[in-house]
Amino acid sequence: MTDAAAPPPPGRASTARLVGTTVLLALRAIRRHLLRSILTVLGIVIGVFAVVTIVTLGKGATESTRQQISSLGANILTVLPGQANGRGGGGQTPPPFKFEDLDAIRGQVAGVTAVAPQAQSSATAVHNAANWATTVNGTTDAYLDAQDWKIEDGRRFTDAEEQAGKSVCLMGSTVKQNLYPNEAPVGSTLRLGNVSCTVIGTLATRGAGGFGQDNDDTVLMPIKAVQRRFTGNRDIRAIIVSADPAYDSADVQESIAKLLRERRNITGGKLDDFTIFDSRQIADTLSGITNILTGIVGAVAAISLLVGGIGIMNIMLVSVTERTREIGIRLAIGAVAREVMLQFLVEAVVLSCLGGLIGLVLALIASLGLTAALNVPFVFDPWTNLMAFLFSGLIGVVFGYFPARRAAALNPIDALRYE
Amino acid sequence: MSQALPSSAPDPLIRLIGVTKRFGSGEAAFQALKGVDLDIMAGDFMAVMGPSGSGKSTTMNILGCLDVPTTGSFLFRGHHIESLGRDQRALLRRRYLGFVFQGFNLLSRTTALENVELPLLYRGDDKRARRTAALAALDQVGLVDWASHTPSELSGGQQQRVAIARAIVTHPDVLLADEPTGNLDSERSLEIMELLTRLNRDRGITVLMVTHEAEMAAFARTVVHFRDGLVERVTTGALAA
Repeated sequence: MTDAAAPPPPGRASTARLVGTTVLLALRAIRRHLLRSILTVLGIVIGVFAVVTIVTLGKGATESTRQQISSLGANILTVLPGQANGRGGGGQTPPPFKFEDLDAIRGQVAGVTAVAPQAQSSATAVHNAANWATTVNGTTDAYLDAQDWKIEDGRRFTDAEEQAGKSVCLMGSTVKQNLYPNEAPVGSTLRLGNVSCTVIGTLATRGAGGFGQDNDDTVLMPIKAVQRRFTGNRDIRAIIVSADPAYDSADVQESIAKLLRERRNITGGKLDDFTIFDSRQIADTLSGITNILTGIVGAVAAISLLVGGIGIMNIMLVSVTERTREIGIRLAIGAVAREVMLQFLVEAVVLSCLGGLIGLVLALIASLGLTAALNVPFVFDPWTNLMAFLFSGLIGVVFGYFPARRAAALNPIDALRYE
Repeated sequence: MSQALPSSAPDPLIRLIGVTKRFGSGEAAFQALKGVDLDIMAGDFMAVMGPSGSGKSTTMNILGCLDVPTTGSFLFRGHHIESLGRDQRALLRRRYLGFVFQGFNLLSRTTALENVELPLLYRGDDKRARRTAALAALDQVGLVDWASHTPSELSGGQQQRVAIARAIVTHPDVLLADEPTGNLDSERSLEIMELLTRLNRDRGITVLMVTHEAEMAAFARTVVHFRDGLVERVTTGALAA
């Protein structure tokens, strides 16, 4: 003891050891104040929960939109007469399409797998005592391929039926449910307005389309039959084209447009008198809208994360004041300011990370339940979850810093005397 | 006793030379210490007495490296440490000093063992080393069977013994005790004093103890009386108290 040669000031504590020690201290402190710790992180829990649940549901809704639109048949181009925006053209009705247009598209445009005409009329379908207002779609066998319809029962149109415009029909499942609750429709006679037709098959259920319409509320007939018996003209109201997935649908669309311009004598600066809708573009637009909505609602939810962070700061400040004596003891037994600061900072970060984890687990449970209830697919996005977790940790650092610095700045003598 | 030492005497462990301490400034300034000279030999058991406001607490704070003198020198093992920074003083406390307080100052809701382990945690000892050393320290104060109890489950005397175990677990050179028996009845007080005496005698720990009671000061080898910010007198051995 009297050996004056021993130098009094020892070296500095290593930082790596310090962090390990402070994590241990933080976990002990959290365990000692369990209830308060839970209440402290509640804001973070709710914030992370809200953000992750909303984003997950949004992604599910986007995915659902994509699926529904692709349920119309992958990559379908719909060609309609007239312009998409405004009327233009001085009020003159643009000419309808002809069967020759279809032949030209089929023969001259690369990347086309099926081309089908469409002529529509609404009619009341009657069978026995029941009746049902529905849409009669006049088309060809190619329509089934283009829109990927499956035959549930019976058969497709034959060439002979199409050429002759025979009065035969395929029935959508909604019509079948309403008119044939207890019997098989194939072979029976269905009356559509004033027209009688023989049911040759039924279509498999497709469910609602991307815009909420019922795809199954339809009756398909050969287009010539519809033209002759319903619309009374030879107009083709729309051309349905399915594009080969190997081709860029934009290229196919442009080839069709070019061809139709030629055939319809649109030259120079004249505007197209037809419009081509691309199902993929519609899907992208709808997804874009859903993404924007998700972003906005997610941002609102993120504010609750901020509020959660302020909650942490508040409780940590209370905690520092309440534990002034404890800080005094730690300083007296030789803790350096850095260690006390690190202890409180780590405590805040550990707390907020725990809150983040709890929020993620709750969000997972809620997302699974809600996606099932809303009938949208559950899409687990690791990136969203990771970001939410890291953000909760960041909140711990940001909002824990000020209380931690205050703790570290305490004078040990005053802190020990604090009542 | 005079501060002049015979040339044959060993160097003191701690030496205060002309230490002053002023709190505040201007009109409100208060001169707590007015030039304290004090030598503390290694292995001494020193009681510090004096009325409140006499400067004994300020001196203890400086000796405990919790505070720094305004002017004057503070030598520890022959090294000047009066101008050390906050963190360097903390490291000095961690390595060489142990503290015992009147109010025990144990961490609540924390077991006796964890309380005693606390200084080792800051020293960076691993878990096994901490446990072994903490149990040994608790054994020294006769509380090894109470290791898993929290302060609220312990009597005042037991709490103070846990605090002493925490103070000695790092094998400090100096134990600073601020009225260690102030909150205890006379029987428990005697137990604590016997414990401090034993640690001083058997382990050679230098004990510096603030007390108001002559009965407690009687355990000390040296008694320092403070008055008005100065050392009034130092008595030794049988003359103490």
